[in-house]
Amino acid sequence: MDRLLFFIQEGLRALRRNAAPSVAAVVTIVVTVLLLGVLIPVLQTTEGKAQEVRSKIQLKVFLYDDATQGEITALQKRIDGVPHVDSLQFVSKTEALQILKKRLKDPNVLKELNSNPLPASFNIKPDDPANLDSIHSALTPPNAAGKATPISPIVQEVKDSREEASKITAVTGALKIVLTIITALLVIASLMLVGNTIRLSIYSRRREVEVMRLVGATKWFIRWPFMVEGVIVGAAGGLVAVIILWIGKVTVVDPLSDRFALVAAQNTINFLPLIGVLLLSAMAVSAMGSGVTLRRFLRV
Amino acid sequence: MAVAHRTKRRPADPPSGSYESPIVELREVSKVYPGGHVGLDRVSLSVFRGEFLFLVGPTGCGKSTFIKLLIRELAPNAGQVRIAGRDIGSLPEKRIPQLRRNVGTVFQDYKLLPNRTVYDNVAYALQVIGGSRSEIREKVPETLRLVGLSNKIHNYPDELSGGEQQRVSVARAFVNHPPLLLADEPTGNLDPVTSIGIMQLLYRINRAGTTVIVVSHDREMVDKMRRRVVAMEEGRIVRDETSALYTEEDEQAGPAASAAPIDEDTQEFAIRVRAEMGVGDEGATNGGTH
Repeated sequence: MDRLLFFIQEGLRALRRNAAPSVAAVVTIVVTVLLLGVLIPVLQTTEGKAQEVRSKIQLKVFLYDDATQGEITALQKRIDGVPHVDSLQFVSKTEALQILKKRLKDPNVLKELNSNPLPASFNIKPDDPANLDSIHSALTPPNAAGKATPISPIVQEVKDSREEASKITAVTGALKIVLTIITALLVIASLMLVGNTIRLSIYSRRREVEVMRLVGATKWFIRWPFMVEGVIVGAAGGLVAVIILWIGKVTVVDPLSDRFALVAAQNTINFLPLIGVLLLSAMAVSAMGSGVTLRRFLRV
Repeated sequence: MAVAHRTKRRPADPPSGSYESPIVELREVSKVYPGGHVGLDRVSLSVFRGEFLFLVGPTGCGKSTFIKLLIRELAPNAGQVRIAGRDIGSLPEKRIPQLRRNVGTVFQDYKLLPNRTVYDNVAYALQVIGGSRSEIREKVPETLRLVGLSNKIHNYPDELSGGEQQRVSVARAFVNHPPLLLADEPTGNLDPVTSIGIMQLLYRINRAGTTVIVVSHDREMVDKMRRRVVAMEEGRIVRDETSALYTEEDEQAGPAASAAPIDEDTQEFAIRVRAEMGVGDEGATNGGTH
């Protein structure tokens, strides 16, 4: 207990007496944590968006207008029996028209139509976008001539949104890769920056470390105060960065998320765990940086 | 202890009269630096408990190598360095701090911690060995009183004169009362008057039972002290005599220096040395004798 108190006192003393290098270390940590604090949510948003697109991938089975209720029910049962079908939804002609009405800005366009041109359909969601193909071919098995034919005579056409979905997936995928690389590079660069700053701070005290060794201090006796110092520097830097992030979230991101769909995915990110992880890693990196750098000067 | 000395006279017997094992013993120790420079060349030497020994010689003769071997800042290439009977050349790295705590060291450049007050510098030597707060509160002021710095305990090293810094260094080396104290050119940067003060301090510590080994260039000081002198040249011991002078020539010329009584007390020592060197009393920086 006496020891612990001594190490904390020593760490604080070192911070007081080496104010300039300590401030430099704190600033580098603030910058690093800020970068991470911005990039991690952006990455998560991209990932969330891609997930959303994937969930929209579905199959549409359009029916002829002359299909009877009995035929429709029979078809529904058959589709239900196809493997990998996650959910199945019947959209009648009237429902289809209402959906279209909602989407159109000017409902008057439809008034000019005398009849409802829209077919009834089944919307099929696969359990995984990758299984889209197998469902598609199950609904349109090849006939004797080897040509794909719908399983029921009331089926007019089977369509899937694969093509447009795959485009969006490709774009978000590329974006994700680019962002991941940028994040990784930034993390590496800032780790080296933090390491370098800590090294400078310790280098200016290498004679002190040498004297401690000559007086008979063990390596850990010298190292602990430096670790304590590292934890304090990391915590200070992390705290400042988290406060800046929080201000940014409240003043910029939150108002925007009401208006834009993309930013709305922000809701999937929990702010508290994020800052917790950032704070802890800042402290760990800083403390370990101090401990590791010290090794070079302890070989007396 | 059958140790071969390349000497004319036998060095001092253990002062206690009993033939205990030497506190420092070098057996055929060689140290060659990377690059081929020879630091020590098959040196053998025994120092007994309670001795006060001067190590003299020109720059590069191996004196500093000798000190560095004793605190395991360096390891010998051949031979054994024994402290209190224990071969420290083979000491595992983990045990080195333990060794250094039992050997107080005073450096020419003081090697004080610049960010600590005088008090904290001395206290650090006790904190390192896990000294309790009460022990530190008791021993540090006591030791600072011994070296005559009671009025500067809250100053930082850069606020002190060279002599005062060296006193702090001595206090730090002595605060846990090690059996052996090494001083590497302790007066190298100091003027004669201040030097006497430091020597007086080392002598007092020696009188309290600590073995003291002083590396010195200070010819006058060595001559006046008249203790055991080991002279080195090019990594070898060329002379090892008790109550000796800095060089043989001085002795043959027969200067007026009187042989120092071995049990002279510190006050007498200071008075005699000051008188012989023709310098006035430094002032009552040291309160009382040992």
